[in-house]
Amino acid sequence: MAILINQDTPILIQGFTGKIATFHGSEMIDYGSNVVGGVTPGKGGTRHLDRPVFNSVHDAVAETGAEASIIFVPPAFAADSIMEAVDGGIRICVAITDGIPAQDMLRVKRYMRRVKRERRMLLLGPNCAGLISPGKSMLGIMPGHIYRTGDIGIVSRSGTLGYEAAYQLKQTGVGISTSVGIGGDPINGSSFRDHLELFEQDDETRAVLMIGEIGGPQEIEAAKFCRENMTKPVIGYVAGLTAPKGRRMGHAGAIVNTAGESAREKVELLKENNVTIVPSPAQFAETVLAVADSKAL
Amino acid sequence: MEIHEYQAKQLLGDFGVKVPPGGLAYSPEQAVYRASELGGGKWVVKAQVYSGGRGKAGGIKVCEDSHEIWDVSESLLGRRLVTAQTGSAGKPVYRLYVEPAYNILSEKYFSLVLDRSRECIVAVGAAEGGMDIEELAEHRPEAIVRTEVEPAVGMQMFQARRLAYQIGFKEQDAVQAANVFLRAYRAFRDLDATMLEINPLAVTVEGDVLALDAKMAFDDNALYRHSMISEFRDKSQEDPSEMEAADRGLSYVGLEGNIGCIVNGAGLAMATMDIIKHRGGEPANFMDIGGGASPSRVAKAFRLVLSDPKVEAILVNIFAGINRCDWVAEGVIEAVKRFKPEIPVVVRLSGTHMEEGLRMIRESGLDIASTDTLDGAVKAVVESISGRD
Repeated sequence: MAILINQDTPILIQGFTGKIATFHGSEMIDYGSNVVGGVTPGKGGTRHLDRPVFNSVHDAVAETGAEASIIFVPPAFAADSIMEAVDGGIRICVAITDGIPAQDMLRVKRYMRRVKRERRMLLLGPNCAGLISPGKSMLGIMPGHIYRTGDIGIVSRSGTLGYEAAYQLKQTGVGISTSVGIGGDPINGSSFRDHLELFEQDDETRAVLMIGEIGGPQEIEAAKFCRENMTKPVIGYVAGLTAPKGRRMGHAGAIVNTAGESAREKVELLKENNVTIVPSPAQFAETVLAVADSKAL
Repeated sequence: MEIHEYQAKQLLGDFGVKVPPGGLAYSPEQAVYRASELGGGKWVVKAQVYSGGRGKAGGIKVCEDSHEIWDVSESLLGRRLVTAQTGSAGKPVYRLYVEPAYNILSEKYFSLVLDRSRECIVAVGAAEGGMDIEELAEHRPEAIVRTEVEPAVGMQMFQARRLAYQIGFKEQDAVQAANVFLRAYRAFRDLDATMLEINPLAVTVEGDVLALDAKMAFDDNALYRHSMISEFRDKSQEDPSEMEAADRGLSYVGLEGNIGCIVNGAGLAMATMDIIKHRGGEPANFMDIGGGASPSRVAKAFRLVLSDPKVEAILVNIFAGINRCDWVAEGVIEAVKRFKPEIPVVVRLSGTHMEEGLRMIRESGLDIASTDTLDGAVKAVVESISGRD
């Protein structure tokens, strides 16, 4: 059944009536996502994209039964919107917004922990492309047509690099169960580890492609999880082998500050923990195919 | 965003951290005057650049009379200071900070950082101040003490006190040090810092606990709510190409190689650099033109890459998702017509409206190599350079 969302998942759009939300909201609806409404404070009671607009997440959830939300709110107000989603009982939230202050995210993460683990909201991003279960539902800003339905899971920090991988797979006839973008910010809602765990439990996923980059501790945590908990094969790529230390590479979180954060160190660690490494970003498809076939799943 | 030492001290002073009195100087005359204002018989003249390791690089000098201050100031001002952190180009010295020299009993290390794995602010202390913390972390990691600050309640007095004792402050000094930690934490939190370092935090003969050096960096994403800090920006300390790029909504980092890169998306841009290297080439830059790569943005990117004299070939790598290849193609054609680069240009377009984009480039009559595969494009651009040698 893929992970996190399917064709029935009721979706809310936060910051619904803005220009970017309108564009991507229409794309999501065209793709077949079950968008049930949106939130724009002050515009409650009106309609947008032929769906109801609410003043608050609370109102929207009460009326529509929404379970997932996607946030297109400007950075200064986005942390507030994520916490509103937590409080409103949203189960899965995607924060597209790029540029949320890091200390706001510390407070958001702390706020999320007010809810017991079993019922805690899963946050993707911020600064991510969202997620897609091809053929079922799209909760993100990716171009839906580059994904073919299949049984490979993708989890990526980068948006475009995730697209590149999905497209290469499509061209070789390989499809995807779910593709998840976890975002390029220093403080993420959820990590590689969280999504590897979900893919491991998903009957429709037989292998996972994990696309990391320089900076931060996430790939290291994921490597350990792969060795101890993953029975499905994991294929990994880490962008930024040529990135100099101490320089920020576009993403707020893509910077090598301390030992263990460089691409080379991450690649070595992933290799040691049974992850097959994609040697070059032109070889996503052939590496995934080789691994999946050799395991004869 | 980084700021100068004297600015960090001003901010910390506002939050109640004890810092030495000091004066800013843009000329030797001014430096001498600042010293006379401060009084005393011994001063430190410190080059203000965005870098650590200034002492070892000769950017910090103790002076005992006005002649010495004049000579030191004259030799520092206008020159580029090369430290272990600046790279070979160094950073230009336009500002000096003059402070009284103190007699020091002991020096400690204190910093606050945003810890990504623990998702909180962490206070770091060490009993041996004045030296490079990275070196200490490598050789004697046990000498470094850490305290995690709970985001919901902030740093507590007991944490600050314990840290002070752990790194060897005694009696009254420990109380003073704990107050420094708490106040520095408030500055860090209230101003959306990402890094704050006081090294050394010194105990003077007079019994003061003083921040003798201070370094702060701030979250660019939070500058909108701290206009005062944005005003501290010293553009002379930043790379001109990177600054120009940032002003145009592009993300650019200059590197040593000769293949100029124009890519959409940070991850794909890094991957493009990696594959160039994998194929035996050297990237001249990291460049992310963002998701919505409009024709004008592509043109700006071309101009920026072409302004780097090292560049001998250009690779444009676009994966159009929401974006459209025909739109990007239009930008490329426009830019090549306008800037007439006399070096090979290779364009890879993939994704939405790919056929249309590639056809436009083929039919433009311009000398642009185009392909739809990443590997093909990188091979072509690497060969275009090696073939000319």
